[in-house]
Parts: sequence; structure tokens; C-alpha cells
Amino acid sequence: MSEIPAILERVLSMSKADACIVIGARRSTANVRWANNTSTTNGLAESEDLVIISIIDERVGTIARNHFPDEQLEDLVRESEAACDGKPAAEDAMPLLEGDGTPPADWSAPPAATTLGVFRGFSEGLADLFGRASSTGMKLFGYAEHETTTYWLATSSGLRKRYTQPAGKVEITGKSNDYLRSSWTGQVTTTFTDLDLEGMYAKLEQRLDWSKTMLKLEPGRYEVLLEPAAVADMGLYQMYESAARDADEGRTVFSKPGGGNRIGEKLMAGSVSLYSDPHEPDLEVLPFSLAMGSSSFQSVFDNGLETGRSEWVRDGVLRALITTRYWAQRTGAPGPVPFVPNMIMPGDGPSLDDMIARTKRALLVTSFWYIREVDPQTLLLTGLTRDGVFLIEDGEVKGAVNNFRYNMSPVQMFANVTEVGSSVPTATREFEIALCKFPAVRVRDFFMSSVSEAT
Amino acid sequence: MTSSNAARLDPAFTALPYEQLGDAALQRARDLGATYADFRFELIAGQTIATRDRELEAVTNTETTGYAVRLIHKGAWGFASGVDFTPDAAAATAARAIEVAATFAALNSEPVELAEEQAHTGTWISRYEIDPFQVDDAEKIDFLLGLAETALGSGKVQHMMARLMQVKECKYFAGMDGSRIAQQRVRLQSDFQAVRIDPSTGAFESMTPAAPPVGRGWEYCASQYPFARHAEEIPELLEEKMASPSVEPGRYDLVIHPTNLWLTIHESIGHSTELDRVLGYEANYAGTSFATLDKLNTLQFGSPVMNVTGDRVAEHGLSTVGFDDEGVEAQTWDIIRDGVLVGYQLNRQMALKQGFGRSNGCAFADEPGHVPLQRMPNVSLLPSETDITLEDLIGGVEDGIYIVGNNSWSIDMQRYNFQFTGQKFFRIRGGKIDGQLKDVAYQAKTTDFWNSMEAVGGPSTYVLGGAFNCGKGQPGQIAPVSHGAPAALFRGVNILNTSKEAGR
Repeated sequence: MSEIPAILERVLSMSKADACIVIGARRSTANVRWANNTSTTNGLAESEDLVIISIIDERVGTIARNHFPDEQLEDLVRESEAACDGKPAAEDAMPLLEGDGTPPADWSAPPAATTLGVFRGFSEGLADLFGRASSTGMKLFGYAEHETTTYWLATSSGLRKRYTQPAGKVEITGKSNDYLRSSWTGQVTTTFTDLDLEGMYAKLEQRLDWSKTMLKLEPGRYEVLLEPAAVADMGLYQMYESAARDADEGRTVFSKPGGGNRIGEKLMAGSVSLYSDPHEPDLEVLPFSLAMGSSSFQSVFDNGLETGRSEWVRDGVLRALITTRYWAQRTGAPGPVPFVPNMIMPGDGPSLDDMIARTKRALLVTSFWYIREVDPQTLLLTGLTRDGVFLIEDGEVKGAVNNFRYNMSPVQMFANVTEVGSSVPTATREFEIALCKFPAVRVRDFFMSSVSEAT
Repeated sequence: MTSSNAARLDPAFTALPYEQLGDAALQRARDLGATYADFRFELIAGQTIATRDRELEAVTNTETTGYAVRLIHKGAWGFASGVDFTPDAAAATAARAIEVAATFAALNSEPVELAEEQAHTGTWISRYEIDPFQVDDAEKIDFLLGLAETALGSGKVQHMMARLMQVKECKYFAGMDGSRIAQQRVRLQSDFQAVRIDPSTGAFESMTPAAPPVGRGWEYCASQYPFARHAEEIPELLEEKMASPSVEPGRYDLVIHPTNLWLTIHESIGHSTELDRVLGYEANYAGTSFATLDKLNTLQFGSPVMNVTGDRVAEHGLSTVGFDDEGVEAQTWDIIRDGVLVGYQLNRQMALKQGFGRSNGCAFADEPGHVPLQRMPNVSLLPSETDITLEDLIGGVEDGIYIVGNNSWSIDMQRYNFQFTGQKFFRIRGGKIDGQLKDVAYQAKTTDFWNSMEAVGGPSTYVLGGAFNCGKGQPGQIAPVSHGAPAALFRGVNILNTSKEAGR
């Protein structure tokens, strides 16, 4: 394997463009998948990526390669420069962010890698669960993944940045042998030493046990208790639809009729706050912008921009939308407000058990699935409940309920929040990569539009 | 098997040492005791161009090269990938795959075995005329900005996003059984979205032509698909749509155009007949299926006019190949005949285990570092043999809706309950089109919907639609797939009003 930091410097030294941005990444992944109490596929992969962005007269030429032997580097640099030919100037052209050319202390240190060894204790624990599940009429399905990615950024304007992002998760679905009862649980881990496999298994058993009573309910508006995974997927969808430019242009739920956006308006319940922060304890993520291509969400000219805590919603009030440097300058908005790949909804409220205990009548929802935008005007989303909907009456779980298709905007959902539980690290379902911390929430008038027979 | 196509394998691909690497890897796998091994080498070139209004937004050029060894050792799968192009490194990758198999053999309760397939050798190239990677970027950008200028110049729309994606996929497959196969395919997708905003109310609507992605070259944009005509027509259609009545929810007869119906076929038929879903392999992620094995040859999936095939051979199809990623030759087979479920999508492991005999060739990996999964072939609804026209179908509806172009989609994890919107909704009254509607979604249970299909159009209504980005598996993989469909008539389908669904 080649030495990425040295390659980045060589690329910059060969560049004849007005400016040049070079991004390197080295990723090491190990994963294993299982179904019906037996392993199915697995993988162990090492990969590298090199992105060269040449800028000539504000025109941008971008190439990305996963194979870049030394003898081809010069050709790749020339190719990215040639890619500027015949293009109009970039609308979002800005001077590159500047640095003094000093690399961070760990710049050339060997990148971290993952190995199959990370699964050693875990795979023994999993084999044990397969045996226990088989003997009790349960089938386990799931996926475990461990990944370490090291990023390097070097620019002709003197930026040198490096960041190592560990990531990992375990997801387990437990089904009765006839597939008619189903439950899911997930846990985020970067080490596989802090996993609570017993706790995960106990949750699956508890939920399948609750499902021994099956109830049928009709579509309608329900009070719901949403588990953190369900809340997170709705919150993330909202974040991915919150570019300031799209809102300012009048084509999102955050657009103000007549022009501009709805920052400053109270759109959600006062108990709802949402933020992203690359330095959030246990959810640390890349603390600077990396972009291969521009959109309303990000700009190649913002590569290396330091990110910090961004409050999207505080006490129900929309506080910020994702804003590139270009868009901030063009609209005079305070900013920029870069995208940060994590999301936190604070909550120090009751545990889920306590929330269940104080419930008169509500549906408890484990997770959502197949979430898609139906109408951008309201950010109306549709999706399914998945792997566990339970009827709670008078503080007790009465049994499992059929799944539903819902039609609900996350903005409306957060407006209808009546209670916020305790925020915990959350493995998401619909969005694969995000690091999140979300609480369970109680929501009134959540619209279950039709019944799904899926189990 | 050689293609009749005039195109040649890309010299940038044939210059790579995949044959030597494959020989080294397979030899090491054999030496270390693998009972099955294959070697797959890929070069995948991609380009995406995006324009926003009258500006170029981004152009990215990507190239992914690498290889993987997949083998069976001690009854378990082992998989490892590499990017170092020396025979020693390829052999070491095979040794890593052996190590992976040994590590996970303890978690394996059933030894892996594969259906027979004879060894194949040869070259296969998809059919296209102009390699889009040989076309100047300036020409492609001018094409997209030209569409934007046409639509924005009408004064009826405020925003235009246009996009072009192109892929060239070169692949070499070698098996321990002697297979040696080189393949190359090209695909292209271009579409645009026009947005009209009423500044006084803040209301907005968008529309796209829903142009099908295809296994074709630049000729598709340059001369074959009527992008320019759509760019001229859509602003007016959008103006009319915004002024049109919001649909009254209830049951309607529907005529659905293939530019919309392909996605319903994909989600409700394509995914439900993937045998790996049926067997639970996707239960934690993509989901399972209602079309279980006990229903094979008995389930009345749809009405008697419903005939659906799976194939990997349709000309210009996105799932079309010469051979799949397990070395199985491309085929065509029945999935639904006269409305009855009669077939599934298979790979070699499932074909043997479930007693289907030979695999029908549905293994695919989206990049060299990923394991081949059972992925979707082209799954297509056959047209009627007599030429029933679109006008015939619309003429058979007293009070209904004609739906054109795919938009929002969602379906449950067992493929029962779906909900789709569209691009254009036309009111049908007395067998004739009577203006547009807005805020329309159709929602149904898969088998109810297909059993309500009264008629399928003839060959004149047939369009090959599809998608570049069908998602499945963990780690996630995407796959390109086409779906041919005629226009079709459905009776009494549940229509929702999306504005009312949002509580407005």
C-alpha cells in the first residue's frame, strides 16, 4: 500500500493549476452477516481513495481513483487539470481556505486498520446466541461491521488536515420460526468490547414475548411512543432536506412564502432541540468539511472548513440551515453552517419503561423503514413501522399490533412531541452511516395512513 | 460467446494484468484447500454532471479498480479483496479469503454448496453506439444547460436541475473450474426537474420527464430520447398542474403509463420474487417476501392477463450481461404466468439448496470490494399480443386517472403495502383525458393491485424503464436494473390526497 501523505504532497508539487485540493482516504473494514442462526456473507477489505480537484480560472476539474500507483500520479494530475477545459466558471467559486502548510503531528503516522480480530469475542458470543435461539424457536438475522477510515486533506493554499474515523455497529433481528413475530435491536460500537449482546438478546426475547398476543388496529391518528431509532431516522431525513439555498429558493418546507427561509420561527414543540457537533463525546466525527463535488449542501471551495456545533433547532425554534460559504456570502446570512455527519437530540427525561408506565393509550414503535418523501412542500414522508408495534393501555403492554404505513412530516412530528425521554447513542435503521444520540419521544396525532400485513 | 457489437473492450482495461492475477489467486486458493474459488477483476468508470438553473454545479469523474477472491473452504464462504496488481498480492488475497472462511466456519451450520454450471470462456460487450466517455464534457454540459435554458426561458418555471450520469463497467471473471470471461457494459441516465413556485402563497410543484435510464451510449441524449421536447412542454404542463384541482380521495380506475408502472413492478414483483429475501437472508435489512416457496405455482399474484419474465438478455437493459458474477450464462425465464407465481430469481447456492437445478444467473456485485449477492434481473411485464393502444385503455375508463412518470415510492419489508406518486396525473372522464389533477398517490396491497389489472397494452405502449440505484444488502450495494412494461388498466385502486395526508 502506498503512503498517502507523501502522495498528497507530490500531487500538490506537480500541480500547474491556480489551486489544487487533494483528498486521501484509507479505509479498513471487516463485516459479517447472518440469517436463520447461521452466518451468510462476510468480508475483509482495505481500500484507498485519492481525489484531485484542480481549479483553473474558477473552473473545477475533479477526478477520483481508488488505484493510483506512483508512476500514474503525474497523469492523474494532468487529467484533473484537463477536466477544467471547456467548463464554465463555478458559481460557488471562493478563495480556498488558507493554512500555513504545517502538517499536524500525526500527519505521516501509519493509519489505523481493523482486522478480523475485532470480532473475536463477539463471534463467540453470537454463536452462543444462535444456539440459545435455535433451542427456543427463535431465528436471528443481522449484521456486524467495523470500519476505520483515515482522511487526509492537503491544499495548495497551505491546509493540512488529518482525521481518523472509527465506526461500527451490530444489528440483530429476532423472528419466531414462522416469521410471524419480529423484533429488532441495534447498538453502535467502535471497539466491539463495549457491546451488550445479552441486553440486546433480552430485548428481542421480551418483544417476541409481548408479541404472543397479536392485536389488529385500524389506520388513524394515534399517540405514539417512538423508540430512539425511529426518531433518529425522521430527524436525519429532516437534516438532509435542510439546505439553506433550497429553502431560500422557495422549494422546501423551510421556505418562507414570498422569499427567504423560516429561521427564527417556532416550528416544533418547545421540548425539541436538534444539533450536530463533531466534538460530541462518544460521537466524534470529522471536524472539517470534505467535498468532492458542490451542491446546495456543500462546496468544493469549503474543503477544510472547521466545523463546530450547529444548533438546527433549539426549544422548537428553527435556528440554522446548512449553508455553504458561497451561499452565506451571496445572501448575507451569518455563516457558513457546514454539514456535520452526526446528530443529537438532547433529552434527560424518563426511561422508556417509565414512559410506558405513565401511558393511558398509545402505540410503541420500534423502528421505521422505507422512508421516502411524498411532498416536499410539507416534507411529508411516508414509511412503515417495522419489527415491533405494541399497544400500551393503562401503563401496560397489551400485545403486538399490525404494522402501519404512516404519512407524516418530521416537522409536524417534532411539533407534536409531548414528552422527551432520555437521549442515548442510537443505531439508525434507514440511514446507515450516521452517528446519533436520540431519546424516545411521545408524539400525539401521529398519522398511520394504512395497514401493512408485513410481519 | 462473442457479441455482434462493433465496440471493443476498453484498452485501458485490457492493459491491466487481470489474467495473471487471477491465475495466481486461483492457484493459491487451490493449494490452500478451497473446494470452490472465483476471481473477479473490475474497472468501473463513472461520470456525473449536474447543472443548477443556468450554472454548472458539479462534474465528478471516478474510477474504481480492484479485484476479489471468493471461495469455499471448510464449507464456509471466504471473501477478500485487493487493489495491489501483483501476482503475489493476488495470491495473498486468496490466502486472506481462506483465513476469513476459517474464522467464520464456526458460525456456519450448513456447508455451502453450489449448483453446477459449465465453465465458460469468451467476451461479451453491451450494445451501444457512442462511448459517452469519448464525448467532450463541454458537449454534455451544453446539452444540460440547453435544456435548462429552454425551460427557464419559458418564464413559467423558476428552477431547473439537470443531471447526466454515465458508467462503463469492465469485468473479468475467472473460476477454478476454468471459466475465463471478459465483459464490458455502458449505461447512461439523464433527467431534469423543473420547479414552479407561486411566490405569493409559497406553493410549489415540480415535474420531470422521468426519462428511463438505459444501457446505451451518448446517442441516447444526442438523438434518441426527446429531452428537448420535454423541456419545452413541461413548463406549460407544470403551470396547468399547479392550477389543477386537488384530487378527491377514493377509489378510481387507473391507466398507468410504463414510465410510472416500471417502479411498481420493481418494488412489488421484482423484490418479492428475490429468493434470498424469501429465505430470510435480507430479513435484517431489505426485508423478506410474502411470495414464499409454498406458494410457488399456486399463488394468484395477479389477473390472468399478467405475464412477467426475468431476464438478463434484454437489449439495452440495465441488468443485461453475458454472464453473471458467478459465471452463469444469461437467461430468460418466467416469474409470473397467467397471473400465477411460477419462478424466482436465483444464484448458484440457492438454486441447488432449494432444488431449482441450474441458477438463472442473478448474482451481481456492485464493486470489486463487495460480495456478489442475488440481485435483480430485468423483470418485465409482457404486453398483450394484440395491439391494444393507450387510447383503447383510456377509452375503457368512465371516471378515472391516467398516471405518467415515477416519483415517490415506498413499500413494506414483506412487499405487501405500497404507496406511489407520479409526475403527471390526468383526469379521465367518459373515456377521454380531461385536464390534470394534483396531490395524487395510489396505495394498495401488491396482490390486490395486480389482480385488479384488467388489461395490458400492446407492444406500441411498451417502454423499458428502470433505475441505476436499486439498494440491497449489508454492507449496502446498488444495482442497475430495467423493467419493461406496457401501459395497463387497473380497476378500483385506492387514491390518497397527499395534501390531506399531511393534515392540511
